[in-house]
Amino acid sequence: MKPPPFEYTAPTTVAEAVGLLAQHELEAKILAGGQSLMPLLNMRLARPSVLVDVARIPDLDYVREVDGGLAIGAMARQRSVELSDAVRARHALVHAATMHIAHPQNRNQGTVGGSIAHADPAAEYPALALLLDAEVRVAGPAGERTIAARDFFVTYLTTALEPAEMLVEVRLPGLPAGTGWSIQELARRHGDFALAGVMATMSLDGAGCCAAARLVLFGVGATPIRADAAEAMLRGAAPDAKTLAAAAARAAADLEEPLTDVHATADYRRTLARVLARRALAEAAARAGGSA
Amino acid sequence: MTPALRTVRLTVNGTPHEVAVEPRTTLVDLLRGPLGLTGTHVGCEHGVCGACTILWNGKAVRSCIMLAVQADGAEIATVEGLAQGGELHPIQQAFLEAHGLQCGFCTPGFLMSVTELLERCPDPSDDEIKDTLGGQICRCTGYQTIFKAVRLAAEKVAAARAGGGER
Repeated sequence: MKPPPFEYTAPTTVAEAVGLLAQHELEAKILAGGQSLMPLLNMRLARPSVLVDVARIPDLDYVREVDGGLAIGAMARQRSVELSDAVRARHALVHAATMHIAHPQNRNQGTVGGSIAHADPAAEYPALALLLDAEVRVAGPAGERTIAARDFFVTYLTTALEPAEMLVEVRLPGLPAGTGWSIQELARRHGDFALAGVMATMSLDGAGCCAAARLVLFGVGATPIRADAAEAMLRGAAPDAKTLAAAAARAAADLEEPLTDVHATADYRRTLARVLARRALAEAAARAGGSA
Repeated sequence: MTPALRTVRLTVNGTPHEVAVEPRTTLVDLLRGPLGLTGTHVGCEHGVCGACTILWNGKAVRSCIMLAVQADGAEIATVEGLAQGGELHPIQQAFLEAHGLQCGFCTPGFLMSVTELLERCPDPSDDEIKDTLGGQICRCTGYQTIFKAVRLAAEKVAAARAGGGER
């Protein structure tokens, strides 16, 4: 048996789950789809003494359209997002991001909430949450609160969740009509974690200039990173190749030291970030204004 | 301090089982150990290689990164349930005819993933086949023939259905 020993609990209400988390504090770990936690247990990189399996709590498994965006319950599987007719028809960016995650055999188990709470800096859903200014609803001993995505990702695998809090819903705002988007990432094999990735959105004004742009870089820092300075450079500018290249260069230059590991050096990741950002902005600009 | 055993009730290939397991027991260890179903293989044990893929309530998942306790109440299908009455399942027959395997270690996982694919998409696109096969690693480098085997399997499954077979 590979995982270290632990007690297993399967609460049937959010309140019960929060109670278990409060009782065991840092010794407890939430199990959702297990696609990140179980490998960590099998490799004994994590040794929680109590697992709190939230899959038996009813009513956490949903993907609903709300106010033009999506409300996704904590136990909604990534595959449910992928196969949702509403997501395919009206949330193309969310669908595209989902298709970058591992493989169908992982998405069948893996959850949206779990990916966001795990906060791997190279994962797609945390980057998407930051790009869309998502809201994360969490439940704790004192009740519920909502955390903005910008405040949620603290550092590597660390979020603003308190030890006794659990994520219960993620709200992804929809994109205004005519908004262009793009996801660019480089992975050694499709489905692997990205060595570097970029997500962008752009809308154009009547004169064809950039009305608003958003740019998120992931896999190149301790959290997904919103490129605020690059976004500011683009606002009001004509989205020509030179402007987009300058914004992409700024986003890459603003990165603190990206990770160096066996897969890529920090320099290589920074170069990738610049190239992918330029491509993402160009694609988002090309898609903007039309029926994107 | 060994955590208390938990009772897990699950159905595997139509047969109900009730087993007491340590909470940390993975589903694949339950299948291969107490249940004696060694057709499901264990490769990487962290959810990457796909050798351990089984169907959990009809969905292809990695049984090495799923706990047995998570499968309480579930219907599980493994490679042992494919052939019926000594006759290969059309998907297995297609892999045999199209040389969709060499050493065969990865094959149980491929077969279960393809079972889910053809259940959901009887006539899958090239991209849908690649998306499914992308989750399975074959180290004999047989992907081209595996791809052809899936095409052939789709034809065979469709023919079996059209022929009024029970599959």
